[in-house]
Amino acid sequence: MIFIFDFFQPHHSHGTSNFKNSNPKLNLQLSNLDFAYPNGTRALNDVSLEIRAGSRIAVIGQNGAGKTTLVKHLNGLLKPTRGDVLIGDWNTREHSIAQLARRVGFVFQNPDDQLFKTSVREEIAFGPTNLQVAAGELEARVARALELCGLQNVRDTHPYDLQLWQRRWVTIASVVAMQTPIVVLDEPTTGQDAFGLQRLADLLEQWEREHVTVIAVTHDLDFAVEQFPELLVMAQGQVIARGDARVLNDESVLKRAGLDAPQLVRLANALGWADAPVNVRAFVAHLAQSKNTD
Amino acid sequence: MSSLAVEQLGFQYVQAKSDALRGITFEVPSSSITAIVGANGAGKSTLCYALAGFIPHFFKGNMRGAVRVNGMDSKQTPLAQLVTQVGLAFQNPFNQISGAKLTVSEEIAFGLENLGVPRAEMETRIARALELFGLEQVAHQSPYALSGGQQQRLALASIFVMEPPVMVLDEPTSQLDPQGTREVMAAIQTLAAQGRTIVLVEHKLEWIAELATRVLVLHHGELVAQGAPREILQCADEWGLNETRYARAARMARERGLVAKDVLLPQTLEQATNFFRV
Repeated sequence: MIFIFDFFQPHHSHGTSNFKNSNPKLNLQLSNLDFAYPNGTRALNDVSLEIRAGSRIAVIGQNGAGKTTLVKHLNGLLKPTRGDVLIGDWNTREHSIAQLARRVGFVFQNPDDQLFKTSVREEIAFGPTNLQVAAGELEARVARALELCGLQNVRDTHPYDLQLWQRRWVTIASVVAMQTPIVVLDEPTTGQDAFGLQRLADLLEQWEREHVTVIAVTHDLDFAVEQFPELLVMAQGQVIARGDARVLNDESVLKRAGLDAPQLVRLANALGWADAPVNVRAFVAHLAQSKNTD
Repeated sequence: MSSLAVEQLGFQYVQAKSDALRGITFEVPSSSITAIVGANGAGKSTLCYALAGFIPHFFKGNMRGAVRVNGMDSKQTPLAQLVTQVGLAFQNPFNQISGAKLTVSEEIAFGLENLGVPRAEMETRIARALELFGLEQVAHQSPYALSGGQQQRLALASIFVMEPPVMVLDEPTSQLDPQGTREVMAAIQTLAAQGRTIVLVEHKLEWIAELATRVLVLHHGELVAQGAPREILQCADEWGLNETRYARAARMARERGLVAKDVLLPQTLEQATNFFRV
């Protein structure tokens, strides 16, 4: 498959190249980031972190911990009260939301904040059209997004004639079609059934193959530990822990973040196991081992 | 006595090519928590609309069969009267907020004002709603200044305050963190214990197994199973439901011959602990 990137030549989208090689290595750098809403509510408090290009990170924590506020800084929707956010070599203070949209695709928590076209196809085509993607390439991108998001059968439907879970897929497809090197998903698992979660897992795999950086805010810790090698735990406007699923073995982190451990971690604890399995396969492997040694 | 009785309910939306619901028959006893589960597109939200009278009074289409709310036929009863009997929390809480009110308290008061409830009683009921749904701290903020989770609790409080005997809740915790989910589920349990009848659409099967009296399974618009949670959820994977990790681990362990074949798959932490300890 051929992909086109035009981040560095905004008005010349003719050069075709292989996605893998052309995907620019854009690290994210947040330095001493503070953010206060106009009413004075301080939502982020001295957050500094680096996210390497190609990472797959889940941002977890309670409602009000600052997760959505944090990720809204990545596409310039919010600008820091203090500190800086760098997307590659771009400081978000110095670039418009329209410019940043070339680098960061953003799927909102509420699909209805995002949808405004009269058909699914037009909705998905809107972003790439603004990037002045050539017509043939545009159709290829839309077709690919429809397929990856399971929307082929509703391509001509009005988004508001779809159900909420389908509208969520339309917003995800719009971001897929932008082919940005960085993707932010705010609560992508909400309202998804088993098929939807599997489709989401497949899409994460696809993005991984393309070295796309994926940052997802989620409350679904079971999904987070299975699908994301790295977790970023937030509480009271700060990042309080970062690492793989083992950070959730720390009772004090869970308590500060107001989180319950994932189901399998809770079960392993209840059974008195020393280490906590991250997925069902690991759990059963551990079980088989303990049966053998009995 | 049954709070809700559904007989041979079918529905086809205008311009839809096929039925959203077909031949649905069940009854919901008073003071119970009935969970509705099913894959996306199975007809759960459509059934909620029909239980609350939004079908046929708001959404147009071809409705067959009958829904009776405390004995009243939903087709024959005006929506204004039905809403005093059954409250519906929409799947998307952002759609529930009126946009006409400046503060959370006023938003909760909105429905009561329309019913002409006396001021003193209104204040008591609003205070109770704020407390039950953990909104005291934001009572004087704009509904639009709230987080997604707080807006969802506001939507629930706005329905609760109307005191309908039946509450239909379409994914009431979709925007909530684990603690918020726990609080709302505890509120739901309290309401059922006080005699309210709850119909709950929910993807989080662990909670259904903990709370629900009965589970109804919708599959392609039809009611394919109903009964006690643990028994019914044995086949959760076949209906496209997001199974608990407990059940998934137990199934895999069973396939590998690590556990007995004839024990029901666990759906809660307690059941799983007993299941794997043996």
